[in-house]
Amino acid sequence: MRAGIVVFPGTNRERDMAIALSHATGGVAPVMIWHKDVSLPPLDLIVLPGGFSHGDYLRCGAMAAQSPVMRAVAEFAASGGFVLGVCNGFQVLTEAGLLPGALLRNAGLRFLAQDHHLTVERNDTAYTSDYEAGRILSATLAHGDGNYFADEETLDRLEGEGLVAFRYCGPDGEVCDAYNPNGSQRSIAGIYSENGRVLGLMPHLEDHVDPLMGDVDGRPMFDALVQRLSA
Amino acid sequence: MKAIVTVMLKPGVLDPQGRAIGHALEGLGFAGVGEVRAGKIIELDLAETDAVAAKTAAEDMARRLLANTVIESFKVEVV
Repeated sequence: MRAGIVVFPGTNRERDMAIALSHATGGVAPVMIWHKDVSLPPLDLIVLPGGFSHGDYLRCGAMAAQSPVMRAVAEFAASGGFVLGVCNGFQVLTEAGLLPGALLRNAGLRFLAQDHHLTVERNDTAYTSDYEAGRILSATLAHGDGNYFADEETLDRLEGEGLVAFRYCGPDGEVCDAYNPNGSQRSIAGIYSENGRVLGLMPHLEDHVDPLMGDVDGRPMFDALVQRLSA
Repeated sequence: MKAIVTVMLKPGVLDPQGRAIGHALEGLGFAGVGEVRAGKIIELDLAETDAVAAKTAAEDMARRLLANTVIESFKVEVV
């Protein structure tokens, strides 16, 4: 699998993402793509990692969404390419219109740096086929603007078409306000595009690929992707 | 010309910052303050000298970058 990681000024999670991808590929390192690049090398996966692109000025991800490279990323997605956006990468994907909705300031106004639980809503997608049904994941949150918002019509469409990827939950999978850390509508932590190939999520599953980090709950996502894209 | 773009969260979109400001005002003893909404103002110095054209240009900028119309509304004033 040939993966590329887009780096914007202020991106700071590209190396963690590279480690997670290298784990899954058995050592094949992803290429780093600078935000000013206008053409992409041949790739199977593009990742927009976390960080504070352009200092989060105006709105998180707003400036990055206008970067020269994003035109190529949009074309790649339109032609059926796989694009993964994590945290700031999710914000960039919504700002670029590649995923619906927007990420608002956390309802509690505080930056969240903590572990949390997630439900895997479906285990039949390219990203989640290695998770068993009903799996609860441990994942790290590190964001100030992760409060997912979309209008009711969009939310109903996402639910109806099975495009909700992950939800925040309690340790036993309880999806409720008490276990919704940032006020996200319907506890949504991640969503897919209509073709299921673009995934945006706030939690950092790339932090969960090495036992030294406490658990390896993120590994199946990267393993499943590599299997799918190496075929 | 100068265009002043005011960007506000749409009604119905939670504004925790506005709410926090409201609580703080209450704490200071200001009575009778209802809902507080916080937004931002962006001033643009434009080379355009025609007010209508300047407004159209600023509105285009607001739609494409300055506001995220999924969550925000905007208003342009040319002065």
